[in-house]
This record gives sequence, C-alpha cells and structure tokens, in this order.
Amino acid sequence: MSETVIELKGIKKEFPGVLALDKVQLKVGKGEVHALVGENGAGKSTLMNILSGTYQPNEGEILYKGASVRFPEPRDAQDAGIAMIHQELSLSPSLSIYENIFVGRLLKNRFGLTDIAAMIRDSSVFLEELGMGTLDPKTLISDLSVSQQQLVEIAKAVSLNSDIIIMDEPTSSLTRKESLYLFKIIEGLKAKGVSVLFISHRMDEIFSISDKITVLRDGRYIDTLDTGITNEKEIVSLMVGRSLDKQFHREKKKEFSGNPLLEVKDLSVPGLFENVNFKLYSGMILGLTGLVGAGRSELVQSIFGADNLPDGEILIQGDPAQIKNVKDSVGLGLGLIPEGRKTQGIFREMSVRENISMTVLQKEPGQFLIDRARESEDVEEYIRKLRIKTPGPEQKIKFLSGGNQQKAILARWLLSSPRILILDEPTHGIDVGAKAEIYQLMEDLTREGIGILLISSELPEIITMSDEILVMSEGRINGSLPGDSASQDEIMQLSIPGKERSKA
Amino acid sequence: MDQKNPGILKKLLARREASVLIALIVLCVALSLMSPYFLKQRNIFSVLRQISAIAIMAVGQALIIITGGIDLSVGSMLGLMGVLTAVFSTWHLPPVLVFLIVIFCGILMGSINGLLVTKVNITPFIVTIGMMNIARGLSLLITGGMPIHIDSSINFLGGGYLGPIPFSVIIMALIAVLGILFASRTLPGRNVYAVGNNDRAAELSGVRVHRVKIMVYAITGALCALAGIIIGGTLNSADPNSGKGYEMDVIAAVILGGTSLSGGEGTIQGVLIGAALMGVLRNAFVLLGISAYLQIVTIGVVIIGAVAIDSFKTMQSSR
Ligand SMILES: Nc1ncnc2c1ncn2[C@@H]1O[C@H](COP(=O)(O)OP(=O)(O)OP(=O)(O)O)[C@@H](O)[C@H]1O
Ligand SMILES: [Mg+2]
Repeated sequence: MSETVIELKGIKKEFPGVLALDKVQLKVGKGEVHALVGENGAGKSTLMNILSGTYQPNEGEILYKGASVRFPEPRDAQDAGIAMIHQELSLSPSLSIYENIFVGRLLKNRFGLTDIAAMIRDSSVFLEELGMGTLDPKTLISDLSVSQQQLVEIAKAVSLNSDIIIMDEPTSSLTRKESLYLFKIIEGLKAKGVSVLFISHRMDEIFSISDKITVLRDGRYIDTLDTGITNEKEIVSLMVGRSLDKQFHREKKKEFSGNPLLEVKDLSVPGLFENVNFKLYSGMILGLTGLVGAGRSELVQSIFGADNLPDGEILIQGDPAQIKNVKDSVGLGLGLIPEGRKTQGIFREMSVRENISMTVLQKEPGQFLIDRARESEDVEEYIRKLRIKTPGPEQKIKFLSGGNQQKAILARWLLSSPRILILDEPTHGIDVGAKAEIYQLMEDLTREGIGILLISSELPEIITMSDEILVMSEGRINGSLPGDSASQDEIMQLSIPGKERSKA
Repeated sequence: MDQKNPGILKKLLARREASVLIALIVLCVALSLMSPYFLKQRNIFSVLRQISAIAIMAVGQALIIITGGIDLSVGSMLGLMGVLTAVFSTWHLPPVLVFLIVIFCGILMGSINGLLVTKVNITPFIVTIGMMNIARGLSLLITGGMPIHIDSSINFLGGGYLGPIPFSVIIMALIAVLGILFASRTLPGRNVYAVGNNDRAAELSGVRVHRVKIMVYAITGALCALAGIIIGGTLNSADPNSGKGYEMDVIAAVILGGTSLSGGEGTIQGVLIGAALMGVLRNAFVLLGISAYLQIVTIGVVIIGAVAIDSFKTMQSSR
C-alpha cells in the first residue's frame, strides 16, 4: 500500500436547487492512477473542481500530504502541486500553443526577459511526447482541432510538474491513437510518483490504466475498488444502481432501395477534402470514421452549408439541392449535431428550454411570436425522454454537467425532426447507460425512415451502429466496409494515410 | 396566469438588474424626503421626459450589446435625424410622411452600420465611430452649424401633452413595452440572445446570424430617428449638435441595467431601470442644487460601482 497523498472527507457541495455532492470521500495514493466513474451529473467534475480550488465545499475536509488544507483559488491548488485538465477546454484561442502552455509562468532568460526560444523548445518536447511533433508551437489555438486542443491542454498540465494531475474526460474528444499517447504519458507520470485522477466514460480505458476505481452515484460516494479484482459489469451496476446486462445490438441491413435520401457526388473543397461520394438511404445508418484531421467534420459541415460551400453535387431524394446556408439545409430536412459542444453547441447563458427549442423555432416559416406553452411542452417531453438531469427547464445550461449539456444538444435536433440527421461524435461525454439509450433512440429513428450519418472516432460505436462504414483519410474516402462484418483492424488499416483500397 | 407565481419575487431578486432597481428605489425614497418637489407630478413627468430619448435609444443599444456589438453613433444619428426632420418639414409634407421618411432614414443608417459590421467584417467599435463622425458632419453641413426651426405639427411628438402626460413619455412607454415583448417573446428577439451567446452555434442551429446583427443596428437606427424627432419637438428646432455625448449615457444605461458588454445577457426591463436611475440621479443634483460637475463624477462612480457589485456577486455565487 503506497502512502496516501490526498484524502477528501465528508465533502458536501450544494448549488441553488441541486445537491451535487453529499458526504463524499476519496483517497488517492502516491503514484496511483485513480479512476472516478459515475453517470452524467453524478458529481465527478464538481468533486475534482473542489480538489483543484475552483469550487469551495459547503462541508468537508481536504487532507493533502497529511495536513488539512484549503484552496481558495485554483492558483493555490496549482502552487501546492495539483493541476487539473477541465472537462471543457479552457485555452485562450487567440494565443499560440506555447503561450498557452506557459501562461502565467513565462520562462525568463538570464537577462530577466521572457525566453521565447526556451518556451518554444520545451513546448516542442511536450508536443512530441503526445505524438504531435509535427505541430509548430507557434500555431494559434483557434487553428487547432478539438482533439489537438485537448492534447495541448494535457501538455500544459503535464508541464506544471505537479504531484497530482486531475484529468476530467481527457479522452472524450481523442481518437484511439491519441489516447494511447496519453496513456503512455500517464505511465510515465506514475513511474515518477505522480498521482493521476482520471475521469472517463470509457470502461476499456479505465480498466487498462487505473489502479483503483471510485464510483459516485447521484452525488454520493458508493465504493472504491481495486481495478484488478473487479470487472466492468460490477462497476457499471454500481454506477447505475441496477444491473445493466445486455450490450446494445443492432440488426444490419445490406440492401436499400429507392432514391437515396442524401447523395453526394464528387464533393470537394480544395485543401479539405476531395471527390467524396456516398449515398444515404432512408432507414440507414452510415458510419463515417477515420483519424482526426481526416476531414470528416469539415465534410459534413460543408454539406450542411455551414462554411466552405463545396464543389460537386448534393442530391436530396434524387433532386439536386441548392444549399447556401444552414437555414436552407434545415429547410430541406437536414440536421447536424456538431462536435465541440462548448464552441459550436451550447448557448451558455440561456436556459435549457431555450437551448433545446432553438432549431425547431427557426424551422417554422413565418414564426414571429413564440408559443411558450407549446415550447415548454416540447422541451419537457425531451428532458424526460433523454433523462436530462436538470432542476428544471429554466436552469441555465452552463450549470448542467457536461454529459447533460450534450443530451440537451441532441434534444435540440431530435425535436426539430429532421429526415437526414448528421451526428458528429454524438455520444461525446455521455455515460454508458445513456449511451445505450441514445443508440436505441437512433435505431427508433431509422425505423421511422430517417437516415443517419454517424461520425465517430469510437470504433466499437461505429461497428455496432453502422449499416455501412466509410473510412476517411486525408480528405478522401479511403474505402467502405459492410457494417455487419467490419472489424476494428480493417478500419484502422483503411484510416492510415496513403493506403487505399477499392470499394468493396 | 398559471400557478408559477410564488417564486417570482425570489427570482426577481436574483436577477442581475436587482441591485440597480434597489438603488433606484432607495434614491427615490431619499429624494422624496429631501426635496418636497421630487414627487410633484410636474417633476416626475419632467424627469421622464428628459430620460425618454435616452431610454428609447437604450432599448436598441441593448439589443446590439446583447449580440456582442456596440453602437457609438447613436448620439450623432439622433442629431442628424432631428436636422432631417427640420429639412423635410420645410417641404410642407404632411407630418405623417415626414415621420415615416425620417424613421426610414434611421433604419437606412443603422442598416449601413450593420452591413459594414457583418458583410465587410469591421469591428462595430470602428464602424460606429466612423458613422458617428459622418452623421455629425452631415448635420453640420446641412445646417451650416446653426440650429434650424422645425415648422411642423410633428413637434407634437416631442413637445405635446396628452392631458398632463408629455407625449414623449407615452412614446417611451410604448417602445419599452414593445422592446420587452420583442426580446422575450419573439423569435427574432430570441435569436439576438443566441447570436450573442455563441454565434457559431446559432449559425449551426439555422439562425441567420448576419441578418440578426443587421436587424439590431437597423432597429437602433429607427429608434435614434424617433429620439431625434422627440428632441427636435421639445425645442421646436433642430440643433446640429444635439445628442452630443448621448452615446455614453445610452451605453451607461444599458450596462447599469445588467447587460454584459461581452454579449449574450441582459434584459430590456433592466435597461429601462438603468435609464431611470441615470435620469433620477441627474434630477437629484438639480433639485438639491449641487454642482453639475459633481454630477458627472457621481455618474461615473455609479456606473463603476454597479458593475463592480455585480461582478462581485457572480464571483461569490460561482464558488
Ligand atoms: N455551477 C453549478 N451550478 C448549479 N448546478 C451545478 C453546477 N455545477 C454542477 N451542477 C450540478 O451538479 C451536478 C453534478 O455535476 P457534475 O458536473 O459534477 O457531474 P459529472 O459527474 O461531472 O457529469 P458528466 O459525466 O456529465 O460530466 C449536476 O446535476 C449539475 O447539474
Ligand atoms: Mg463532468
């Protein structure tokens, strides 16, 4: 048994209308990787925010290296050796990578001037370790993809040389490969005696890197188990409070007839993607995967009319469609749930109600006065349907937990009842139980005749759900695989740039 | 209407504009104790009349600031629209027509602001500083720098009374109600908030972001025209320098009312309270016979103080 570095005792945290944590405890040893699991809204982020000085507990005690401590500000926790990677990215978009990594503690040279060269050099080393060696540390954050930003966020935390690093869902926007780099770094930290607190909804990750697992449910401490002597099933049932046995299974279809709902021919945007062709039929789930940076999000956003209008042809139910902006595509029955809920999804200061009804309101032609009664009714229906954890529809969405914000964005698009639904990493940050419910929902939608284009970096998700799988690499569709027989290996093979395979 | 009333008082107190409302009430009570004139009908209406132009423009300015923009040209636009009112009345057009033309000119100027901000992608600060100079320059060019007489029954809008109530106060009340309804009950109003919160997310949700931005500048242009007509009407003349510095009063009212300069937040109710606070403060100095210079200092202190209290409150509640 290693010595305990940090111990939280009897932590209680109340927000207006929400008891987020009630008598929660946690004990982490030196050099230990400690996973924290629980459903969306269980209180994981809140607990970590208390440990890192972002929030103050209403009750309870923090023992750090044996002494009782208080961290009035995040800065105090940082100075004491506790760094946190927040669930929502918090880098400054208008600063470069190296400036973000060293913000607040610029390196000085012997003349007392900021040593830019040294900061760039050190940043390169951190980027290299995370498999981003090709990236220039002078690149602006706003020019990076969501996953690259996440990696910079990790580099920043690691560079602080802390004793404890808290990682709140660091892998939710990373691909498998990027996650593996992170795990290697975690191994390295562990060897150096650094303790890592790790939050994730992906059980395989938790079981491959953690030493201990603490389960929270509804703001209460449930148990702490040694990873070696427990299993996924046990953890999941502790999380949800009942056993959740069967894996989601979807029957795949091979043949589709009639006009495709959405067909794209030779779609290109120079520099982003070229000659993309695919057909999406009614009732079909078409998976689109590939490494981050392969151009998946760019492709769907441009089909959707959000930016960079593409060359080539878009046909909707056989008819050529003129999509110049999002309103056009919404009018044609398209819906897109974008990746990056903070930057492209939520309206922070607006209520859950207003967030959910946003799109359906735009859809009705000539809508001027908002029918509040109907709006509330619709919204409440979806809060129930997706089990969004909120004290009510009037709560500001920024106060919801990450996964619940994601559910609200899903609700926004489901409510607007599109015929063609594009989902870009829809289960990003969503807990195991809710994931299965969302898969069921997708299945129900296809039964109603909706076509779904599913973008995901999670290969099991793509394989479970898709009728056909397109693999993209460097802006091209590298190949397609049938959904009923594709394996992770085949997909990985196709996603490697340069390798090409003719269509099956 | 329905059973949701019990929490309403608590909700109101939690709102950002609550501290300003309390300050306004305290100030009114104090003033009524210190000066016997304060609660006299004549004084109340004269205060309301003085704030009407500012309040009307503040409704538009609030919408702009909620989208994340700002309009520094409101004072100059007011001046120019007053001058145009005078010019068009010399053509012996019917007052209704003069009214419509001037409002249209306001919409036009506002739209130009909006188009430059969206389609040419210049920051609102720069666009509207430019427009501030253009509008002021035009007023001076047209009038040769001297006030010109407005000879039209359109002056009733600014100088007329309905019984004891100044007509401009009625217009202000009307704009206030319309503004509140627009911001809270209509889709374009909702979209104003959406754009200010996250324009990318708004775009992806089907909101035409550029249109929303152009709309708020156009609305503000129209409201400046209305304010210009009112100010002209109170004096029966159009001063090319009228409205100078009003942009600061208007912005101050908006911020006092709890609107965040970074956009996405704020209510029209709050802005009206902010405008009222400014008006009553001014009145206080007159009634109590304190130096007008001190008044300027005080207003500065009040603005910083209100925002500081607010920022302190949010810092506390998020911990
Ligand atoms: N600042 C806040 N104000 C009000 N309520 C809050 C605030 N922060 C969190 N909550 C509430 O506290 C509860 C716990 O939230 P928390 O973010 O800790 O969940 P989580 O376990 O991290 O969930 P997820 O897996 O979705 O990220 C939720 O019900 C959330 O709505
Ligand atoms: Mg969380």
